[in-house]
Amino acid sequence: MSALALEGVRKSFGANEVLRGIDLALEEEEVVCLIGASGSGKSTLLRCVNLLEPLDAGRIVLHGEEITRRGVDVNRVRQRIGIVFQAFNLFPHMTVLRNVMLGPREALKLSRDEAEARALELLGRFGLADRRDEYPDRLSGGQQQRVAIVRALAMRPELILLDEVTSALDPELVGEVLSVIRELAEGGMTMLIATHEMGFARDVASRVCFLDAGRILEEGPPDQIFAHPKEPRTRQFLERIVQAGRL
Amino acid sequence: MASEGDRRPDLEVEARRSRLLGGLSLEAEGARGVAIALISTAVFLTVVIVAISQSPGWPEVHRVFFSWDDIRSTFPDIARAFVLNVKIFLVCEVFILVFALVIAVLRSLPGPVFFPLRALAIIYTDLARGIPTILVIALLGFGAPALQLQGVPTSRVFWAGVGLVLIYSGYVAEVYRAGIESVHPSQDAAARSLGLSRFQALRFVILPQAVRRVIPPLLNDFIGLQKDTALVGTLGVIDAFNQAQIDANSTFTFGSYLAAAVLFVAITIPLARFTDVLIARDRRRRQASGVFA
Repeated sequence: MSALALEGVRKSFGANEVLRGIDLALEEEEVVCLIGASGSGKSTLLRCVNLLEPLDAGRIVLHGEEITRRGVDVNRVRQRIGIVFQAFNLFPHMTVLRNVMLGPREALKLSRDEAEARALELLGRFGLADRRDEYPDRLSGGQQQRVAIVRALAMRPELILLDEVTSALDPELVGEVLSVIRELAEGGMTMLIATHEMGFARDVASRVCFLDAGRILEEGPPDQIFAHPKEPRTRQFLERIVQAGRL
Repeated sequence: MASEGDRRPDLEVEARRSRLLGGLSLEAEGARGVAIALISTAVFLTVVIVAISQSPGWPEVHRVFFSWDDIRSTFPDIARAFVLNVKIFLVCEVFILVFALVIAVLRSLPGPVFFPLRALAIIYTDLARGIPTILVIALLGFGAPALQLQGVPTSRVFWAGVGLVLIYSGYVAEVYRAGIESVHPSQDAAARSLGLSRFQALRFVILPQAVRRVIPPLLNDFIGLQKDTALVGTLGVIDAFNQAQIDANSTFTFGSYLAAAVLFVAITIPLARFTDVLIARDRRRRQASGVFA
């Protein structure tokens, strides 16, 4: 049974068809990177998986349970899927600790002590223990994004979605966030990652999918996609990335 | 050239600071600036006082409006009556803050299912802001007790309070709504992505941020409400305004009105300055953090 399976997923915004039939399956502990130009549908795909966007057609199955069926408890589903956003989206009126505790406390209904213990353990593991009482705007972008990852992890999700989590960071802060994700991958977390960091994708992904105009045009192990892309469009995209000095 | 370029940021800071304090700050001017301001104010006041007291109608104006004896003799009565205004203000404010929040939340509910509730909230705010306050107070204050229904309070003060709550909730709901809409949708997405329900996201993430942002405009509405408590006087209830009217009828001057005005101002001006301080603090905090959220 796949950890996550997408079957014929379609999504339009008005006349703009962003996803034109996506089929994709992630096995347990697999890390899949989605690459592709801006507007190719990477972010929309992730938002659909987290049920932040309703599908027009197709279905999404999480560990054997169809989460896109009618009458599904979306709150329960979202508790099982973590998502980290490009712009962090931390809650600015809460301290780091309260940001991390909110989900476990209110969605999972853990006791204060349990939620706090869980949050502190994670913050400690990712070098953020001394930031627990800071407000997000006092942290660097890299720290904010690490807190956002910890906030997602505190729900003990079955799967984590990462939506271009380094795109809003200063270049010198990208490394600290990527190393956190690498650590998660090594720890066996199942992840679906939309990214522009090709070097990172090559490094961490078990599989890379190239999205083009709402379809998965090509997929395979990173070495194959990056070194021997079959599709001309993939080759074109990668050439542009190389020219921009990103690979 | 260079010095002009260097000075400009200072000027901007100065301009901003004087804006923050409502144009009354002399901090940036130094001792010489303070001296100039004092002298200029003294000259200005002298000119104004001389001009007014020398004008032909002044003795009569002074007798009718500024009779110190009348102001002093009526003040205690009016101050006692003013307690009622303050009570109405305090009690109404609590209900307004809660009721308006409910309306604002109803209005911000998304999706077709909630259309009737949204429509209801919109109609309500339109009516509340469209009908003159004095009309609603007269309608309820005279009308409701006249019904003589069992269980319906007959106190005019009570119904005047209801009127104020109904009217002001319309305004305050709009203030809340502006706050709710100013919170970026990504905050809601982040909250919902953790598996929080719509209500939980509103309660823990959206509203705390929204309310913080609208505290200054809320205080502004408090000030308006404090003044409008004088409308209960139109129902024949003895509040500061009505007491002043009664006193004016016996002294044949308007000194008592002045006494009532002083009492209202004694509450509204500190509220206004407090609002300024909060606005300034909010702006400083935003500039310090450089974060829009």
